[in-house]
Amino acid sequence: MAAILEGRHESAWAALWSRLLQDRVGTLCLAVVLAYLVLILASILGLVSADWHREVGVPYANPALLGETPQPQAPRSPGAGRARGAAPDLSAVDPLAPKYAEWARRTAELKVSEPQRSLTLAWGGDRWGRDVLDKAIKGSQVSIAVGVTAALCATLIGTLLGALAGFYGGLRDDFLEWLYSVFTSIPSILLIFALAAVLRSGWLGQVFAGGIWTVVIILAATGWTGMYRLVRAEYMKHRARPYVLAAEAIGASAAARMFVHILPNVSHVILIQLSLLVVAFIKVEVILSFLGLGVPIDMVSWGTMLAEAQTELVIGKWWQLAAATAFMAVFLTAFSMLTDSLRDALDPKLR
Amino acid sequence: MTAYILRRLWQTVPTLGGVVLLVFFLFKFFGGDPAEILAGQVASPEQLDAIRRELGLDRPWTTQLWHFLHDVFTFDFGKSWMTREPVSEIFLTRLPATLTITIPILLLEVCLAIPLAMLVAYFRGSLLDRVAMAVCVAAMSVSFLVYIIVGQYWLAFEWGMFPVQGWSDDLWRNLLTYAPLPVLLATLVSLAPQTRLYRSFFLDETKSDYVRTARAKGLSEPAIMLRHVFRNAMVPVLTNVSLLLPGVFAGSFLLEIFFSIPGLGREIYLAVNRSDYPVIQAFTVYLAALTMLVNLAADVLYRLVDPRIQLK
Repeated sequence: MAAILEGRHESAWAALWSRLLQDRVGTLCLAVVLAYLVLILASILGLVSADWHREVGVPYANPALLGETPQPQAPRSPGAGRARGAAPDLSAVDPLAPKYAEWARRTAELKVSEPQRSLTLAWGGDRWGRDVLDKAIKGSQVSIAVGVTAALCATLIGTLLGALAGFYGGLRDDFLEWLYSVFTSIPSILLIFALAAVLRSGWLGQVFAGGIWTVVIILAATGWTGMYRLVRAEYMKHRARPYVLAAEAIGASAAARMFVHILPNVSHVILIQLSLLVVAFIKVEVILSFLGLGVPIDMVSWGTMLAEAQTELVIGKWWQLAAATAFMAVFLTAFSMLTDSLRDALDPKLR
Repeated sequence: MTAYILRRLWQTVPTLGGVVLLVFFLFKFFGGDPAEILAGQVASPEQLDAIRRELGLDRPWTTQLWHFLHDVFTFDFGKSWMTREPVSEIFLTRLPATLTITIPILLLEVCLAIPLAMLVAYFRGSLLDRVAMAVCVAAMSVSFLVYIIVGQYWLAFEWGMFPVQGWSDDLWRNLLTYAPLPVLLATLVSLAPQTRLYRSFFLDETKSDYVRTARAKGLSEPAIMLRHVFRNAMVPVLTNVSLLLPGVFAGSFLLEIFFSIPGLGREIYLAVNRSDYPVIQAFTVYLAALTMLVNLAADVLYRLVDPRIQLK
């Protein structure tokens, strides 16, 4: 009996998998998303883009395709500008005059190594000569990590509260419905700004300073409501179904019924909403980081890249804008279309 | 109808109370110390105490909550910590600029998305439909920021078709000179998701029985689309428009920041950067209240469109 149930259980996911693979667009999108995940894993492990902050090229190095152009801001080696015209002799009045010789000698003793800066980089360089391609990969890691972590947190909150409200009903439901109406009556952008203000100046911001956690908290605290609503509706539908009543009859506790019996049966709703949240949160993270309310300044995300790109575009340096936009658009398009395919595969009735 | 409106208004009381409590406790227990924010880096303990006394921070938090409630209901949030301008005055002077941008955006996007959605729904399953949907998904994946940066750079800075940024005191000058570019950009960006959504509303309707009946009696496809499907699909479309309505108050903050438009969204962003708590608190509470009122108005209007809906 157990073996049969086990077999049936496996075949449900196997059927989902085969339905997803039948969808050619879905398979392609899955491949793109997996490629990003591999890239991010490599970036976390330090295999690629580990030193994205190193200034490897000249400032605003051209992309390799464009070739070298005469650089207006050529790298200045120390002392390059000193030889311009003979300085008037001030040694009679200059109180520091006797020390110049000693300083010059000491300066000469110091070894200053000017790193070899290349004139072109694969996808160009930014203001400091950092490789834009490396930045885009590191930025993908940060932006996607923020989106996925925040979506998981929002899912956890929304599922837990939705399960409580939908399963028990009554006073607990009334209270949570009130909480939901409070959170949804505030326009989300205002809630985000209020949380950002509090986290900027409050003690919580100091606790979580210097990482992605402040953005994750902002996004999760504002984004759980949709998940709560969906999960609550599903639990209300399921709580009186025969299988749940049967579980109660054999003595399953309320917690067991909620999370062992009902949860797997509503997991497809949660999975779809989770992927929708990832897309939405990545977009918001990019805007917050652009405004300086997101990831800290020593990190790079697609949003901080766009913030730099805005001023670069005015002097004709378009490649950072192109890199951030391309990396973001490809990922979000693939992820959204994968979500659509997943929804079709999970719910064959929709077709 | 009057009874319905009164009951709905009564129902907003606990929600609004919750918003006030949420804002109060958020800033009280998670926010920074107002005295330290106001006094800056170098301040003696006496100065800090003086500020705390002035703001009433030395009293128990229940008294502070009472004062906060009093502020909310008398529309008197005091003055901005940074500019010393009364908060209610900031709110009222910034609102018109925001509405000058957001109302044209809302009208344009709805009026353009409905015919576009009808068109792609009419040609459902064809190449046009699939290409249009793929373009929509791709267009939605590019950040709004990129559209603004590129649009402001090419259309305004390079080609000089619009002013790069600016604002005046004259409504018509604003509408005709400064608003067009932000409105155009926002409309273009919201067109893709709106079209995609409305298309699904139209497609849902084309599967219903009355469409089969209309076909059976020999009506042409365009006539079915325009006369029958259109009217029925307007119900979910209007629901969606009512969801967009609250966005007219703060939805354009990015445009306001980029184009230096003195609106509500930009003001809140500035307040967040300056830790100007009274401004943020007041805007949050009042915009939540306004949102509730707008939602109520939308529900009442809804009834006029669809007589099948009974207001209870």
